[in-house]
Amino acid sequence: MTPYIRKAAALCAVLLLALLVNVTRVQVFQSRSYDDNPANRRGAIARYGQPRGDIVVGGRAVTGSEDTREQLRYERTYTNGPLYAPVTGFASQLYGTTFLEHTEDDILSGADPMLAPLPLWNDVTRTLNPGGKVVTTLNAAAQQAAYKGLGSRKGAVAAIEPATGKILALVSTPSYDPAELSGTDSAVKQAWARLNGDTNKPMLNRAIRQTYPPGSTFKVVTAAAALDAGVVTDLDAPTRSPDPYRLPGTRTLLTNEFDDCKDASLRYAFEWSCNTVFAKLGVDVGLDGMARTAANFGFNNRKLKIPFSVAPSNFDTKLDNAQLALSSIGQFDTRATPLQMAMISAAVAGGGSVKAPYLVERTTTKGGGTVSTTGSSTLHEAMSPSTSMRLRELMTDVVEEGTGARAAIRGATVGGKSGTAQHGIDNSGMPYAWFISWAQADDAMEPAVAVAVVVEDAAARRGAISGGGDAGPIAKAVMEAVLGF
Amino acid sequence: MMQPGMPGTTLAADAPAPAVRLPRRRGIEFSLLVVAVLLSVYGYCAVGLAKNGTVPPGAAGYGAGLGVLALLAHIAVRLRAPYADPLLLPIAVLLNGLGLVLIYRLDLETPGDAAAPTQLIWSTLGVALFIAAVLLLRDHRVLQRYTYVSVVAALLLLVLPILFPAVNGARIWIRVAGFSIQPGEFAKVLLAVFFAGYLAANRNALAYSGRRVWKFKRLQLPTGRVLGPIVTIWLLSVGVLVLERDLGTSLLFFGLFVILLYVATGRTGWIAVGLLLACVGAVAVGWLEPHVHSRVQDWLHPFASIEAGQGPNQLSQSLFAFAAGGMLGTGLGLGHSILIGFATKSDFILATAGEELGLIGLSAVFLLYALLVERGYRAGLALRDPFGRLLAVGLASIVALQVFVIAGGVTGLIPLTGMAMPFLAQGGSSVVTNWIIVALLIRISDSARSQYDGTAAP
Repeated sequence: MTPYIRKAAALCAVLLLALLVNVTRVQVFQSRSYDDNPANRRGAIARYGQPRGDIVVGGRAVTGSEDTREQLRYERTYTNGPLYAPVTGFASQLYGTTFLEHTEDDILSGADPMLAPLPLWNDVTRTLNPGGKVVTTLNAAAQQAAYKGLGSRKGAVAAIEPATGKILALVSTPSYDPAELSGTDSAVKQAWARLNGDTNKPMLNRAIRQTYPPGSTFKVVTAAAALDAGVVTDLDAPTRSPDPYRLPGTRTLLTNEFDDCKDASLRYAFEWSCNTVFAKLGVDVGLDGMARTAANFGFNNRKLKIPFSVAPSNFDTKLDNAQLALSSIGQFDTRATPLQMAMISAAVAGGGSVKAPYLVERTTTKGGGTVSTTGSSTLHEAMSPSTSMRLRELMTDVVEEGTGARAAIRGATVGGKSGTAQHGIDNSGMPYAWFISWAQADDAMEPAVAVAVVVEDAAARRGAISGGGDAGPIAKAVMEAVLGF
Repeated sequence: MMQPGMPGTTLAADAPAPAVRLPRRRGIEFSLLVVAVLLSVYGYCAVGLAKNGTVPPGAAGYGAGLGVLALLAHIAVRLRAPYADPLLLPIAVLLNGLGLVLIYRLDLETPGDAAAPTQLIWSTLGVALFIAAVLLLRDHRVLQRYTYVSVVAALLLLVLPILFPAVNGARIWIRVAGFSIQPGEFAKVLLAVFFAGYLAANRNALAYSGRRVWKFKRLQLPTGRVLGPIVTIWLLSVGVLVLERDLGTSLLFFGLFVILLYVATGRTGWIAVGLLLACVGAVAVGWLEPHVHSRVQDWLHPFASIEAGQGPNQLSQSLFAFAAGGMLGTGLGLGHSILIGFATKSDFILATAGEELGLIGLSAVFLLYALLVERGYRAGLALRDPFGRLLAVGLASIVALQVFVIAGGVTGLIPLTGMAMPFLAQGGSSVVTNWIIVALLIRISDSARSQYDGTAAP
């Protein structure tokens, strides 16, 4: 019997060997592919197993993490959620991430190898680092002022530091609280359904993802094109433009809100927003010149990221002269995001160059060690410095004497441009009220802020809508906040 | 274990050995028991530290309980089986202790469904039966008298659950006073006793009588009179199992039957016939039973349900768990094997070991089982009575086959069949049965190692 017992024992040894070989296959050779299987929840569990890093505004975290002790353990919390939602976005266990939560996810979740003291160590241990911080360029006071200014109205505000491109405020209303989307319970699903079904689109980031006809605020671009092209050389010389202006090749007559636009000077036309003068100037500059200047300001740029992508603003490059005339006063197919309009204002204030707008000042480890910083960079020289000087003058006049009087700030030089944009079929929609401006404290070397405000409809106030009236005070509040007044 | 100067072949042969008293090695057993208990307590503390940052409040009680059980078992062995193999008891204590740690660890993920306290009660009962068996069973050869009683009892135990409602598709449980009992577990030991007793009595007839098939000597069919009863009983047990849909145990009985038949008769033909029967049986069952068919499909395509958009099934979750453990493991308490869901604490307990202890820890667990099996085989080799030898081989093979079937199943080596990992898995009947198996192996190894003093009957 003995040899047979030995052979049976050998069989058991073979079985043991088979087990050991197989677990080695599973645990060593195929482990990576099993780990990466999308149905494997361990990635999500690890991701939510530690507190997410914070997004910082003005030295204070506007996000937080709450330990739920559930499987996906830490939930995102937000302080002043609706105020910062267009910047932070949401970080949801169920619906993923948006905006900074999305683009800075590697830092916030701790997956970024740069967060580790020894980057290669993570490959060995396959663990996450503690979540890092994202320090934004936002000015908390400006953000608050913009949000408060918009109040219950639908609209958006974007504010930029002209010299650098730092985004100081990015507000969209109506807003929502991203905290509602944190977690896994049924309330999150209900909130998701409610927010998506809301006709006011609270999750739409109007400051960067919605384009509007810019209306008269676009006249800054047309003026820059006319000055740079030499179509206008003297701000105070008559422009030889009729009132009303018949759109080239049509019988349509273009009129003005204010009087005395016939043959008005560029200064007067800009101050009082003469449609006829700018329509004609656009045609005089020509499609190429207008399109080039618009593109240099940032129109038709599909790649702009701040670091999340910005909807491209549109200036058509194939237009007949009638369409060009309308496009030159910010109508027809011209559309711009509030951020784009803030970039225009900033370019005027900042000597003619368009800085790449950015929202992330720097990223750090949990302990505060810098991981990366964003530097200022120039996208384009939108106009010559002399043209920018003259546009500053024109915009300053608007606030001092024209339609932008309500944005004036004592102790600072303020330039502005109001706009009222018609839209809808036969212009049936409630007009959009625009105001773009910049401000420089009297004792400062350079302008501190450029801002664009759009109010979608000041319902029941049709006829009285004017960019200066509705949007101007909001811009003023934002500028004062940045100036510290 | 052998004295210097004693030729190794002497032990292995069927010839009587010289009257030599082997060392008792009870001190070694005690030291190893201390290590086993300390390792278990260490694991228990590690779980608490990882999950809550503190040593769990029950650590002292757990350590004391396990220590007392181990000590009582050790005293029983000292009193009545002083020559027993010193490795068997420490391995059993360590595996049982580790099982309690793993179940306690999984309990933390399922508040309101604590299985560890129940498991501790069953373990206590198992150790109590171990002590009783060691104290009361003075000679394993007594069991040979109960060959046919065993088989009747085994069949009764197997049939019993048919009268009870099915749980999760298998009719293998009976519920008594809130406790679920799996009578089939106890039937394993009884069947091993029966196989050993019957084959010991009839092995010569099986090996040397009967007609020759194929004219040459390789395969010789025994007479129906000899073969009939054993095949009938085997078919009965397997038939019952197919009815109860407990394929793991069915596979185990089959393997046990083939191994013991081979060891008893020494005829390789039995292996061939066994494999052939196994294939026929597997195909037939796979064809007739959708339950089995789907298990085979899962084995062949573990991620099919994921690709179909239905999420991972248990096997893929189990594979994910093993993979997450990698070489070193996540550490006790830090894995997510609870994702496996149903049966994490029972059939899939090994996945927790794999994830949290890694390949290294898992290999150590496998080697513990291998050592247990090897000591069982060694006791069988050292013994002289055919019944004892077959019983030792049978009991060791039960452990080996059971580990292979369930470990192979949860790691994707073979199709998954429900079965309990000896000592580790949640399951009272299983723990109790395994303690009885170890008790019998202790008894057998004591006989094997003490017979050389010349007092034992040949």
